[in-house]
Amino acid sequence: MHVTSPVREPLIQGGKTYADVTEDICRHVEATPTKEWKIAFGLSLIVLAYGSACLAWTWWEGLGVWGLNKTVGWAWDITNFVWWVGIGHAGTLISAILLLFRQKWRTSINRAAEAMTIFAVICAASFILMHMGRPWMAYWALPLPNAFGSLWVNFNSPLVWDVFAISTYFSVSLVFWYIGLIPDLATIRDRATSKVSKFMYGTFAMGWDGSAKTWARYEYISLILAGLSTPLVLSVHTIVSMDFATSVIPGWHTTIFPPYFVAGAIFSGFAMVQNLMLITRVVYKLEDYITLEHIETMNKVITLTGSVVGVAYITEFFIAWYGGVEYEYYAFFNRMTGPYWWAYWAMMTCNVISPQLFWSRKLRRNITFTFFISVVVNIGMWFERFVIIVTSLHRDYVPSSWSMFSPTRYDIGDYIFSFGLFFTLFLLFSKYLPVVNMAEVKAVLRSTSAQLPAKIAGVAKVRQRGTAEPVYNKDQE
Amino acid sequence: MAELSGKYLVGVYDDDDTVLHAVPKLRKAGVKIKEVYSPFPIHGLDEALGHPRTRIGIAAFMFGVTGCCCVLTLMIWTMGFDWPMIIGGKDPISIPNYIPITFEGTVLFTAFGMVITFFISNGLGPGTHFHPRFDVRATDNKFVMAIEMSRNSMSEEEIARALKDSGAEEVNIKQF
Repeated sequence: MHVTSPVREPLIQGGKTYADVTEDICRHVEATPTKEWKIAFGLSLIVLAYGSACLAWTWWEGLGVWGLNKTVGWAWDITNFVWWVGIGHAGTLISAILLLFRQKWRTSINRAAEAMTIFAVICAASFILMHMGRPWMAYWALPLPNAFGSLWVNFNSPLVWDVFAISTYFSVSLVFWYIGLIPDLATIRDRATSKVSKFMYGTFAMGWDGSAKTWARYEYISLILAGLSTPLVLSVHTIVSMDFATSVIPGWHTTIFPPYFVAGAIFSGFAMVQNLMLITRVVYKLEDYITLEHIETMNKVITLTGSVVGVAYITEFFIAWYGGVEYEYYAFFNRMTGPYWWAYWAMMTCNVISPQLFWSRKLRRNITFTFFISVVVNIGMWFERFVIIVTSLHRDYVPSSWSMFSPTRYDIGDYIFSFGLFFTLFLLFSKYLPVVNMAEVKAVLRSTSAQLPAKIAGVAKVRQRGTAEPVYNKDQE
Repeated sequence: MAELSGKYLVGVYDDDDTVLHAVPKLRKAGVKIKEVYSPFPIHGLDEALGHPRTRIGIAAFMFGVTGCCCVLTLMIWTMGFDWPMIIGGKDPISIPNYIPITFEGTVLFTAFGMVITFFISNGLGPGTHFHPRFDVRATDNKFVMAIEMSRNSMSEEEIARALKDSGAEEVNIKQF
């Protein structure tokens, strides 16, 4: 029989019943859009429109409108790409790795975190298309026969690995997310009153009826998908880091990159989840579902991954000195004290020092402070990629090639485009789809809620009813 | 999903533990249960109902092997035979460089193959019936047990009593 330690605080508070869960989550989907939502959506559409105009000009005129030059050939485009892909790692981490570890607190946040993952990967992919300069040639990255205009793609190249990694990651995450959505779509379908929503949710619920057989298969494939997504999510940022690590640029050519990038990705992803969830829980009144316990647990993950990132920075620096390669040494020394010293120290402050403040329990459980640190972490992680990319490139082997990079309004405008896209998609998601996985929350409600105080799980309940011990172990997981 | 016909007795429970304990009790009493519908997965319920263990894992493995072979074949053929080139001083066929894409391809085939199998084996798909057929609350907060009368030799009253005794809060009759 399942036994929950009474010392632990319940995951879902407020003594919710199953019907309450349905009601609390579906209410926002069924209600007409609020004024706040409309304002937020309007604002993100304006941002998106401005960004789209900048992007259109970038593509019309060519990449010359960016601040790139012969020495610094990658700058904001790839910085933004890596930044967004990194953010896109938290959703799968929460839904897959925490599922394998049987962390039940994931159920309240996995839906929104996975949605964030999908939208972040879309934003990342948009930078890949942008930096191609000629996006209509994007299909050249696919392994198509020579008749299509080029040779076969070079399968030895990490850039091609990246094409496969990102597209597989995106489509598998989308499938995983959708499978989790189906039972909840069915719930909304069965509550729907209008013909349109009944048809729409009914179509996407695909005739889900919640039979025991279907649920058994559902749980089985969720487990396999989690098992597949776990190495997948680690492989994606590993391959992204190999885009740099397999080159011979001092500052990029290091074996530490894969684990260091993965830790950084989880770090920034959790910070973004915090930002989004802290707003969502207030706007949608989900304080009973996303509790302080959840926020604190995520802050612990941020501290852990932030520390890994900090150790990686220091190791990298130590090896640059201890390794005795003068180019490597110069690259790192130049990062710290060269013309981009401010970017380096912004990165160090935001990523290494700020998450350490979460060792204090009081600060971990402070919502305003958590929100502030999450923003700081995301700024820091953006600077990390900027530092890695731009400072390594701007000092070439030949001093006459040395140059600086400064962004133009189109560099900035294209970055703004990705924010517009991200928030437009997230707002649409949060209005038209359930932001919390109802079925999974209901499944952990019994064993974790404050609903039945005497219930150290079902044992007390079974005794109350006077039935014999059950033959089947319910919560054997 | 196959169309339903005939007469069904529908037991509605309000608790997942109750329905889990009711299933073996009813089966012992000789009631043949068609299926139980619930708003969330109940661990052990499919075993209690006597459903065979799902074989979808075997299908997933097969899809994975297929994906692995397809992707590896594509790379070896294009790089080694169709247009061989020496890149970075490596052999035209250099397997270590192919590992990342082989892995991604395996995952992609497994995930999609498995999910499509899942949809087909459960009869899920767009355009299938738009409502749970026994009780609409099965996706909200009720646990619904369906018993097909034509498959049971016991009388309606007997089954209804057994359902009530096992903790059902309502017993309804559904005719298709």
